[in-house]
Amino acid sequence: MLRIADLRAGYGAAEVLHGVSLDVARGEILCLMGRNGAGKTTLLRAVMGLLAPMGGAVWLGEVRLDALPAHRVPRTGLGYVPQGRRLFAGLSVAENLEVGLMAGQGGDALRDEVLALFPRLRDRLRQRAETLSGGEQQMLALARALCLGPRALLLDEPTEGLQPSMIAAIREVVAAQRAAGVAVLVVEQRLDAVLSVADRVAFLENGRLAEEMTADALRADRARADRYLGV
Amino acid sequence: MRALALHLGLIAALLAAHFILPAYHHGNLARVMVLASLALGYNLLFGYAGLLSLGHALFFAAGMYGMGMGVQHLGLGAGAGLILGIASGAVVSALVAALALRTSGVAFMIVTLMFAQAGFLAILHFGAWTRGDEGFVLAQAGRSLFGLDLSAPGTRYLAALALFSTCLLLSLALVRAPFGRVLVAIRENEERVRMLGYDTQAHRFAAMVASGTMAAAAGAVYGMLFGYVGATFASVQYSILPLLWVLLGGAGTVLGPFIGTLFMFYLIDLGSGLTTAYMLIAGVVLVGLTLFAPQGIMGEVRRRLWRGLP
Repeated sequence: MLRIADLRAGYGAAEVLHGVSLDVARGEILCLMGRNGAGKTTLLRAVMGLLAPMGGAVWLGEVRLDALPAHRVPRTGLGYVPQGRRLFAGLSVAENLEVGLMAGQGGDALRDEVLALFPRLRDRLRQRAETLSGGEQQMLALARALCLGPRALLLDEPTEGLQPSMIAAIREVVAAQRAAGVAVLVVEQRLDAVLSVADRVAFLENGRLAEEMTADALRADRARADRYLGV
Repeated sequence: MRALALHLGLIAALLAAHFILPAYHHGNLARVMVLASLALGYNLLFGYAGLLSLGHALFFAAGMYGMGMGVQHLGLGAGAGLILGIASGAVVSALVAALALRTSGVAFMIVTLMFAQAGFLAILHFGAWTRGDEGFVLAQAGRSLFGLDLSAPGTRYLAALALFSTCLLLSLALVRAPFGRVLVAIRENEERVRMLGYDTQAHRFAAMVASGTMAAAAGAVYGMLFGYVGATFASVQYSILPLLWVLLGGAGTVLGPFIGTLFMFYLIDLGSGLTTAYMLIAGVVLVGLTLFAPQGIMGEVRRRLWRGLP
């Protein structure tokens, strides 16, 4: 579904990603792990077109994304939840969702479908986004991305700084997306969170793909992760 | 529904004021309504799209000179003159937007200021047509619309009210439409809006053209109703005043520009009756408001009383 082929990207003249190739299938969760500065967020930003790739290609289904302007990429069916949530703080929960729905041309049915996944948000529709708790903000960021009706999702550390109950709620929603056939690429730092939800795991090191394995293989040999995470 | 009732209520109150206000305040309010229309235009760009322009004097003057020169040199009637003025503003704002929106933040302020100054200097330079610094008085014959004499106080007030009502309701419709929501979202976090699939540059362009065209409509009507077209209206003062009015009234609220314009107009009017140093009074009040109501008058109303105020 989502195919990243020999992708090179960076900032200015400095290349951060040196030719990374990854595939995420329909209904699969691929977790991307690595130390700080390994290039995980750069990879997501390059896939979304926020950084102009220096080489390589990105495909979503039959659509080549790296040739599109950044604002056209989400309309191909690619949702993105960046690190730090980045909500429209001054807008209410309902208005945040509305902006997402308008972008995806989704109607009330999609809105109800999304809100069914996040009952806490349904109770806070008129509340301004900046007044939500951290976990609720993350839910809203995820809900807004789902308002596009995506075929693939990119999540950048969705459980960062959240309490266990919130992490569980978000994990459930991500698993539900997988069950619905969405391809999910998630950047995660916490090994426990990864093992509880991932199908496959890829490790990035210094801008290169160091190793790729199934989650089952990693569960059987957790020490292999230490090499790439520095713990 | 409540919001629409509030805005229609203001229009009704202004219509009622036409019948009861003494001549002095009647004349003042007509002027305030036209200037508030300039502020409403400014607010679309600054209050909703989050772009601080220092060039709205150019759009105001484009409307005023487009109308004035059409009437004076081309012999157009009032209606055609007003249309030419508004069209001039739309074209000028589209040209400025195409170039200035390549920048953002402080650079955007500087670029818009430079364009406005270029416009001001062009008016002075082409004095053979514009009468330079001195400006020109519109011939009485060009100030009649559908048989109505726009220079008569009563007609002038109602024409100002018609402009203001149109701009107010148009602003309300724009900011409550999906377009307005996206503008606010761009103001909050432009990259995120792009990541939801919006062409943010096209939205900002549309906002700037709408804003500039509304400012030009105010300029064209101002020149027509008060019968004078002058370079003062293209000076930097007319870029800064709408910013002040909007800040005072409450940026990003539909009623704020009117409240701010009215407040500032009467503050200076009353202050100048007390002392020749009336700007000192205005300055102290402005500092006080900035300290105690940083979101402006209607911004405070929104914060304290009515969270959903558009």
